[in-house]
Amino acid sequence: MHHKTPTTPQENDFIHSEEFLHGLMKRQLKLSIACAAAFLVLLIGLPLLNYLAPEFMGQRVGGFTLSWLVLGVLFFPYVWIIARLFISRSIGLENAEVHHAAEGNKRQS
Amino acid sequence: MDISQIDPWILACSAVTVVVTIIMGFRSAKSSKSASDFFVAGRSVSVGWNASAISGEYLSAASFMGVAGMVMLSGYDALWYPVCYACGYLFLLLFIAGPLRRFGAYTVPDFAEGRYDSPVFRKIAVCFVLFIGFFYTMPQMKGAGTTLAYIFPGLPYWVGVALVGAVITLNVALGGMKGITVVQAVQYWIKMFAISLPVFVLLSVFGGYGKNLSLNQSPTDFSSPPAIEQSVDPGQMQRLALPEKAPKDEAWISPFGPLTTKATKAAGMSPEESRPYSLLYTFSLIVALVCGTAGLPHILVRFYTNPDGVAAKRTTMWVMILIGVFYVFPPIFGVLGRNFLPELYNATGAKGTDKVVLELPILIRQKYGVLGSILSGVTCAGAFAAFMSTFSGLLVSMTGALAHDVYGRMLRPHASAQERMRMFKWSAVLIGGIAVLLGSQVEMLDINFMVGQAFAIAAASYFPLLFMSVWWRGMTMAGAATGMLAGGLLALACVTLTSVSDILAKTSKAAALDAGEVWVPDALNAFWIGHPLARILAEQPALWAVPLAIGLMIVVSKLTRKTIPADVRMKMLVLHAPEALGLKQEYIQEHQGTAH
Repeated sequence: MHHKTPTTPQENDFIHSEEFLHGLMKRQLKLSIACAAAFLVLLIGLPLLNYLAPEFMGQRVGGFTLSWLVLGVLFFPYVWIIARLFISRSIGLENAEVHHAAEGNKRQS
Repeated sequence: MDISQIDPWILACSAVTVVVTIIMGFRSAKSSKSASDFFVAGRSVSVGWNASAISGEYLSAASFMGVAGMVMLSGYDALWYPVCYACGYLFLLLFIAGPLRRFGAYTVPDFAEGRYDSPVFRKIAVCFVLFIGFFYTMPQMKGAGTTLAYIFPGLPYWVGVALVGAVITLNVALGGMKGITVVQAVQYWIKMFAISLPVFVLLSVFGGYGKNLSLNQSPTDFSSPPAIEQSVDPGQMQRLALPEKAPKDEAWISPFGPLTTKATKAAGMSPEESRPYSLLYTFSLIVALVCGTAGLPHILVRFYTNPDGVAAKRTTMWVMILIGVFYVFPPIFGVLGRNFLPELYNATGAKGTDKVVLELPILIRQKYGVLGSILSGVTCAGAFAAFMSTFSGLLVSMTGALAHDVYGRMLRPHASAQERMRMFKWSAVLIGGIAVLLGSQVEMLDINFMVGQAFAIAAASYFPLLFMSVWWRGMTMAGAATGMLAGGLLALACVTLTSVSDILAKTSKAAALDAGEVWVPDALNAFWIGHPLARILAEQPALWAVPLAIGLMIVVSKLTRKTIPADVRMKMLVLHAPEALGLKQEYIQEHQGTAH
C-alpha cells in the first residue's frame, strides 16, 4: 500500500510542474464541490420547502410530520451516503494521481 | 446539604464514571513517554479508537443535556442544532480534513505559520485557539456544576465546577493526549449507552417516538384528516396538561417556531409577517453550525493523530456515523419531556428544561421501582462523560497551544524534550485553573448560548482561514489575518451584544414585575424591538460574517499580491498531492536547508 514512488528533488520534473498541480487541485475541488452540492440541496432545500409548502411538509407520516421525519431522522443517513461516496471516490482519485505522476515523470525523462 | 435526598443509584453510577476516567488516565500515563506522545499521541491511533475519541470529545454537555432541553423548549427549530453539529463534519471531510493532515503540523497555529511562513500569524492563531477554547469550556463547566447540584441537592454550584475541573486537569497533566484518546473513546460509548438505553425503556413505557409527536396537533392535521388515526389509538395515550409558559402545539411542532420568531414577536409582527425573518434566522443558524464545526480547534487537532490521509478520511466517516446515531436520541427526550414532564416549563436555568435528560427516567419509578433510579443514574453518568471528555479535549488542545506554541516556539525554541514535557504539565494546571475560575462565574448564563458563541467565532475566523488557505494559492498572510480577525471579532461583538441586552431585559423585566410596574425597555432593547432584522443578524451573525471574512481575504490578498509566499506551489503540492508521492519529506528537507 504505502510504497513510495522515488522522486528526484529537482524542481523541473513533472510532479513539480504547474500542469500537475493545477489538474490535481481541479479534480479534487470538483469532487468536493459535487458532494457539497448534494448536501446543500437538502440543507437549503428543507427550510425553503418548510417555507413554501408548509401543508405538504406538515403532513403526518407514522405520527411524525414529514419535516420532522426528514430533519430528525433521515438527514443523517443521507449525509452518510454522501460521505461514503466521497471517500471511495477520493481514495480512487489519489491512486490515479500517483499513477498519473509516475507516467508523467517517465514521459519527461 | 441534605444527605437523605441523595439517590444512591445515581451517585454510584456517576462515581463509577469518574473513577474509571481517573484510573484510565493514570494507567496510560505510564505508557506515554515521549514529547510527541503528549502532543498528538505519537500519530499512531487506529481509525476506530480515533473516531470514538473524536466523537467522545465532540458530544459535550450541550449535546447531551442541552439539545434535549432545547427541543422540549422550542420544538422543531431546535432540531437544526443536532443535525448541523453532525453534518458540519461533512464539510470538514470534503474541504479540509485531507489537505490539513497531509500538510502535517501539530496544531492549527503550526498550519498558519507553515502556510504563510509567518511567526506573527502563528501568534494570532494561538490567541484564537485559547479564545474559542475558553468560550467552549465555560458551558462544560456550567454542565458540571448543574449536574453535581442535581446529584447532591444543596451543593453550591462552584464546588461542582472546581471538583470536576481539578480531576480532569490532573488527568491531562499526567497522561497527555495518549491517555485522553483512550478515555475519550470509552466515554463516547458510555454516552451512547446512557442516551439510548433510557430512550428504549421510556419509549416502551410511554409509546413510540411518532406516537408521542402525534399528540401535538397542528392546523394541517385538522384540514386534512391525518393518516395517523388509523395507526395510533389516541385513547391509549394521555399526556399531562401543558402549563401557560409552554409553547402551543402548532408553534412547537411546525418550523419557524419560538426559537426563530423571538425578535419579530417582540417587534409585534404578525406570524405571517415574521415568516421571512424566521427563514433568514434558520439559514444563518445553519451557516454558523456547519462552518463552526469545521473550525473548532479541539476537533481539528485530532486529525493529526491519524497515521495517514486515507485514515483521516475514514475516521471522519466513522465520526459522522457515531455522532449521527447519537443525535437521533436527545430530541426524543425533548418530545417525551414535553408530554410527561411539563412542569419543567415553569422553572428556569439549572432547574428548567435542560435537566430533562436527567429527570425523565425517574418517571418510570412508579411502575418499575428502582429501575427508574438506575436509569437516571445512567444518564447522570452520561452527563459526566459529556462534560469531562469535552473539557479534557479542550484542555489538551489549549495546553498544546500554550506549551508547544507559546513556550516551545516563541519563548524557548531550543528547550529540551524534558523541559517541554514539564511545561506541558504546568500549562495544563494553569489553563485548568483559569477554566475553573471562568466556569464558576457563568452560573447565570445559558449553556447553549455559550456554545453558540464559540461556534459563531469559529465559523467566522478559523473556517474561512482553513478553507481559503487550502484552496486558493493567491492568499497572503495579510489577507488571511485581516479576514480572520475581522470576521471573528465582529461575530463575537454581535453575539455578546445580544446576550448582554437579553440579560438586561430579563433582570429589568423581573424587577418591574416585582414592583408591579409596566416594563420599559432600555435603549438597547428598544432598538432591537424597533429593528428586528438587525437583532436577528446580530444574534446569528454567521450569514454575513463568514462571507465578509472570505471577501476581506480575497480583497486584501489581491492588494498585497507581492507577498504571496515564494514557494506557494510547493506548499500547494504538499497540501493536495497524494502522500505516496513523498513530497512532504522533500519539503521538510528543503525547508530545513533554507531556514537554519
